[in-house]
Amino acid sequence: MSNLIDDEMRKWIGREDPEVRMEVTRRDIVKYAIATEQQQEKYLRGDEAPPMFLFAADRPLRALDELGPDGLPTDGMGPPLPLKRVMAGGTKQRYYRAIKAGDVLILKRKLTDMFEKQGSSGPLIFLEYLITVTTEDGELVLEETMRRINR
Amino acid sequence: MPKLHELKVGLEIPARTFEATEVSLFLYNAAIWNPHRIHYDEPYTTRVEKHPGVVIDGPLQGDWLTQAVVNWLSDDGTLIEFEYANRKASYLGEKLTTGGIVRDIEAEESIVALELWVKNEAGDITTPGSAKVLFDARAN
Repeated sequence: MSNLIDDEMRKWIGREDPEVRMEVTRRDIVKYAIATEQQQEKYLRGDEAPPMFLFAADRPLRALDELGPDGLPTDGMGPPLPLKRVMAGGTKQRYYRAIKAGDVLILKRKLTDMFEKQGSSGPLIFLEYLITVTTEDGELVLEETMRRINR
Repeated sequence: MPKLHELKVGLEIPARTFEATEVSLFLYNAAIWNPHRIHYDEPYTTRVEKHPGVVIDGPLQGDWLTQAVVNWLSDDGTLIEFEYANRKASYLGEKLTTGGIVRDIEAEESIVALELWVKNEAGDITTPGSAKVLFDARAN
């Protein structure tokens, strides 16, 4: 196993990103429901959001000149890493309350872990984040542990 | 729809096959505001990031797994916990099938654990997952 993660990178563990405030609209739910081929009317009408609706909603919206050659924001979601190509890794979510059109949500993200693994086609760096979603009043909506892979 | 007292460990939930298209991937990445070129720019994806084709988003496959659960459950319960891992990438043109089985039943708490998967046409599990659902008392 190579040592791709150094102490400078490790300092990022525990860092929290600025929170994102999100107004959930019926139209956005319907768009998501169509793109994901939902079959339940409550999603297709936009009454309620499907479970994975908030995927990536915790990420800040960047201007075009802040996007890199791969299309992703150049400031990334953590330290600069020696492996540059990003892939989704998976997620674990716990749901506390349905998300409805009209909800105003607060999304918080924290980098909680960073580790290496040997993949079938070379080394991989895993970044793990804790994402917490509440309403503006502080009611817990969702907790998620999300993984991203750099290869 | 499923009744809690009729469930048995090993029972299969319905399978469903998805075939992503350029249009569906474009709309999905627009909906989640994901500008990563591996989901819409084939020359870039193959030449620069060295994938064999346009990549079907991992979280989209995660979404499809949640649908396997909520469509089976209908109004008889609630998805309370869900997890998946993207083990093997899938590419535009592949047909992917979601499915799962009942893994555990906690009758007193009305909680059922499911094992889930996305399989490719070769039958390999590309995205394993699991979920916990809470059945409504009236559906028991």
